[in-house]
Amino acid sequence: MSGSGVAEAPAPATGVETMTYREALRLAMRQELERDERVFIMGEEVGLFDGSYKVTAGLLDEFGPDRVRDTPISEEGFVGAGVGAAMLGERPIVEIMTINFLLVAMDQVVNHAAKIGAMFGGEVRCPLVIRTPNGAGNQLTAQHSQSFDGWFAGTPGLKVVAPANPADAKGLLKAAIRDDDPVLVIENLPIYKEKGEVDVDPDLVTPIGRAAVAREGSDLTVVAHSFATVRALKVAERLAAERGVSLEVVDLRSLRPLDVETVAASVAKTSRVLCVEEGWPSYGVSAEIAARIQHACFDDLDAPVERVGMAEVPLPYAKELELAAMPTEERIERAALQVLGLAG
Amino acid sequence: MAVIDRTDSPLDLDVDDLFGKYRTMFLIRRFEEAAERQYKAARIGGYCHLSSGQEAATVGAVSALEEDDLLVTGYRCHGFALARGVPPEAVMAELFGRANGCAHGRGGSMHLLDVSRGYYGGWGIVAGQLPIAIGMALSLVRRGKEQAVLCELGDGAVNMGAWHESLNLAAVWNLPVVFMVVNNLYGMGTSVERASAEPDIFKRAAAFRIEGERVDGDDLEEVEWAAARLLRAARQERKPAVLEALTYRYRGHSVADAGLAYRTKEEIEERRHEDPLVRTRESLEARGAPLEGIEALEAEVEAEVEAAVAYAEADAPPSVDRLAAGVYAAGSEEQFERMRPGSPAGEEELVFAGGLGK
Ligand SMILES: Cc1ncc(C[n+]2csc(CCOP(=O)(O)OP(=O)(O)O)c2C)c(N)n1
Ligand SMILES: [Mg+2]
Repeated sequence: MSGSGVAEAPAPATGVETMTYREALRLAMRQELERDERVFIMGEEVGLFDGSYKVTAGLLDEFGPDRVRDTPISEEGFVGAGVGAAMLGERPIVEIMTINFLLVAMDQVVNHAAKIGAMFGGEVRCPLVIRTPNGAGNQLTAQHSQSFDGWFAGTPGLKVVAPANPADAKGLLKAAIRDDDPVLVIENLPIYKEKGEVDVDPDLVTPIGRAAVAREGSDLTVVAHSFATVRALKVAERLAAERGVSLEVVDLRSLRPLDVETVAASVAKTSRVLCVEEGWPSYGVSAEIAARIQHACFDDLDAPVERVGMAEVPLPYAKELELAAMPTEERIERAALQVLGLAG
Repeated sequence: MAVIDRTDSPLDLDVDDLFGKYRTMFLIRRFEEAAERQYKAARIGGYCHLSSGQEAATVGAVSALEEDDLLVTGYRCHGFALARGVPPEAVMAELFGRANGCAHGRGGSMHLLDVSRGYYGGWGIVAGQLPIAIGMALSLVRRGKEQAVLCELGDGAVNMGAWHESLNLAAVWNLPVVFMVVNNLYGMGTSVERASAEPDIFKRAAAFRIEGERVDGDDLEEVEWAAARLLRAARQERKPAVLEALTYRYRGHSVADAGLAYRTKEEIEERRHEDPLVRTRESLEARGAPLEGIEALEAEVEAEVEAAVAYAEADAPPSVDRLAAGVYAAGSEEQFERMRPGSPAGEEELVFAGGLGK
């Protein structure tokens, strides 16, 4: 395909390879397109343009326009088309350029996709995948910098996963495609270029509903997902080196269903918790985690559960303002030290 | 393409008038070239969508606005802001994210605005500005004003539900709004032919029984003539309309897009023969404008753009302790006062301390 130069040769069946997050997503789609005729991709610029963020690069050439379908700018229309096709047993993967544009299709997601299984008494299912990145930090301003993860995770009938590294990107996307329910796969703009080791085995999926302990530690549990996990891991490294404290980072990976067990087991060990997210914390993912923890871990806690997220304003453009609003490593570190009782 | 009968034209642009409009077009071109350089030097962030090639459509339509008409656009809006008279230094300061930017450093390239000039914003969600324009037109009608709203959108926006809903509302409520479709043949990498079942976009107006007209968007006078007529009908007879301006963007979708994956270099070259700047300059010369005058104007504009960059560089960023400024109306602080206990880390300092409701 013109320009991209990223289309890889067919991957060997097994083995671990180093690849970027976007390549891992592409690998998952290629494998599932090969494996299952019912799988097809649609979205804006996914074909001829190679994908706005080049995730689908090369797939049009490989699978043709029936399997990799460019759409007009009509999110409500083609998300709904994904719902209808899924109801008849197709396995559509709908790409939404960024999660901000999913709002114009919110009705199809929340009022339609999420309702099918229940409204049809299980007679009809909706095995739809919606892939879309969240994220901020590039001065994209109020309408293009949002993370609505909590809104969707709060919707019964939907499943929501949010991989934070290439291995989980491949594994969770494959699990989502094979799942019989609508799954929102929340990708992340800054992570697309991150590299990691990926087991390319086409049969290997990451189960939905399982968190991962991304880093073991003993003094404080940081609960995060998506890009917040990347930030939390960096803070953990730094605090270990500079302050000699040991942070355990739990990467939720799956927001609905939510693996409270893994979070609670970590809190039982550390007795202190910091929840981090890229979205606004009020009524958000961290709010849900905090509520679960106070109930499941009441006797374990040595300090109130703390949260760090996006400052609760529409994101402004100026670099200085944007940076101040973001849940940066500095803000996470400060909050971590506070929960640890080490704040200067 | 619709045949335009020039004999009926309300425009008989005299040389001075044309001179001024050429100046604005030239300003837009040079301004955006400077913006691209600054973007590549990382002094401008976010997205930066250039409109090179679209200057005649922009200036023609904006010239047809009365002073008290309103303007709403999409995100490819540098030209619209400049044509509406927003000073180049205020636009450049906005691109730099500075306090004296026309959107207070909060909007950047996609969200230019100037309420004092009736410019209610560049908007970033495709077709999101259409229903807003409807509401503005409704308000004008409710107040008995003889004013109109010009709502700019791209060819890509006409396949959104908001387009259909807005045109229908405009028609059933007889609203003074002109939807100006800047048809530059592509929405990102998707050609109009691939995206639209009816690629003659102006014809879609017929579905709502409102007037639809297509013009050569690279012909300044043709655009202005049509826009003036449709805006007049909107103001005086409350007739909504669709004005489709056929043009071309020479550059990629944004500065980050080379713009070659979905079209050929030859196609771009061919379209450059229609360059509205060249065409307008030629008609200036044909009307007897002296070459030295045109060159002097161009030198003046170049200096103006340099001054805008210097102004933006020198201007200060907005102050961080006012992060939450404007988010809520004055008086809201008291309502939020009791939300403080248990605030997420940093929320006190970032949001409450600087004042929420101001
Ligand atoms: C609802 C929505 N979907 C997708 C996008 C991403 N996007 C931004 S611009 C654009 C293309 C729009 O093309 P067009 O309307 O022709 O305007 P042009 O860029 O040509 O000025 C797309 C798809 C968006 N901003 N909003
Ligand atoms: Mg276009």
